[in-house]
Amino acid sequence: MTQASDSSAIIQTFSKIPALLDATPALVTRGRFLDCDCRLGPIDQPFFVSIRAGRIVEFTATPALMRSWRFSYRATPKAWHEYWQPMPKAGFHDLLALTKRGEAVVEGELHPFMTHLQYFKDLLALPRLHASQVAA
Amino acid sequence: MNGQIESIVGRYVHVDIGGELHRIYFEENGAGIPLVCLHTAGSDGRQWRHLLADAEFAKHFRIIAFDMPWHGKSNPPASWNGDEYQLTTARYTATIRAFCKAMKLDKPVVMGCSIGGRIVLNLAIDHAAEFRALIGLEAADFQQPWYDTTWLNRPDVHGGEVCAALVSGLVAPQSPKATRDETLWAYKQGGPGVFKGDLYFYRVDGDLRGKVETIDTSICPLYLLTGEYDFSCTPEDTRRTAASIPGACVTVMEKLGHFPMSENPAQFRRYIAPVLAEIAKAQAPAKQGVHA
Repeated sequence: MTQASDSSAIIQTFSKIPALLDATPALVTRGRFLDCDCRLGPIDQPFFVSIRAGRIVEFTATPALMRSWRFSYRATPKAWHEYWQPMPKAGFHDLLALTKRGEAVVEGELHPFMTHLQYFKDLLALPRLHASQVAA
Repeated sequence: MNGQIESIVGRYVHVDIGGELHRIYFEENGAGIPLVCLHTAGSDGRQWRHLLADAEFAKHFRIIAFDMPWHGKSNPPASWNGDEYQLTTARYTATIRAFCKAMKLDKPVVMGCSIGGRIVLNLAIDHAAEFRALIGLEAADFQQPWYDTTWLNRPDVHGGEVCAALVSGLVAPQSPKATRDETLWAYKQGGPGVFKGDLYFYRVDGDLRGKVETIDTSICPLYLLTGEYDFSCTPEDTRRTAASIPGACVTVMEKLGHFPMSENPAQFRRYIAPVLAEIAKAQAPAKQGVHA
């Protein structure tokens, strides 16, 4: 797999996260007090994500100019590929393991990220838990 | 089985630490070589319940796990005025030695995890002759920080939720859901600022780089075991530490993270059983050792 096709696959997988979240009501409930605009995704092309009451109401790779966001969590395509493995390798199994090893960066105003840390860990792990649906 | 009562017994002992009596909660099981177990930062002695209940280990060891002051069922001391709690190397070392003295333990084995693993190294540096063997789980002389601890105790962030969410990534993905959740539950129950205060020892006061070289394992054997999924204290951190301690035994534990004894007790048993067998055999050469 080339780097370009790898990035394309990562973006394709990311685009399925809103539907996966809708199919995971317990996670929506966990985020019921969360309203936040943020950036999540590949390091060079993160998605702009609007979350209201725990649900993703907007998820776009091509936002309007000068869009505001509170925090971003971006990782390399390699990091996302490894993070979504059914049994991820050591060091690639957690969002903060990725930041520690330099495969991801978290930036901005981190309050919503930290108040809902397990929500974001679980949200971004949804493709791992639904590998068959993602591949479909 | 309905109605089963475990063999673990919990009691309180009054311990003089720094001139003040502390009411310390401990649980124990078994008879033989005293084996004192130290919990991780921000948690309590419940992490050791599977080891405590292990009938085979209990034949050869008096297994004891106590809650540090401010943790679990060991309240803060009566003199505490609400100031920020901060664990120091000196305070932690004094607490362990005071507990062992109050319990009249004869050259105990001490096994600690995370901050407990770090303090085990300090016991080996300064007090090796008091102990039969020392076991450090997820132990190193220093680890690179990976988050800002101020997030752990501030009024606009739920302390229990953020503490548990931070350490959740330190549990190996192979660990069973029930024991993973139980491990995290203790973090959700900790007192405000206690996890952060423990990490003062870990991050600020307890840097043992340049000191572990003085450890003499001929006085007291030292075993270091670290889970492969621990990205806080990595296997590389432990190997680097052990490289400057002649005679230190290092084991990297597969499919385990930062909380081996609680996150996956069965997998941890595979690694700790040979260590305990070796310690038992060394202490009682004429008797039969522990069978893993």
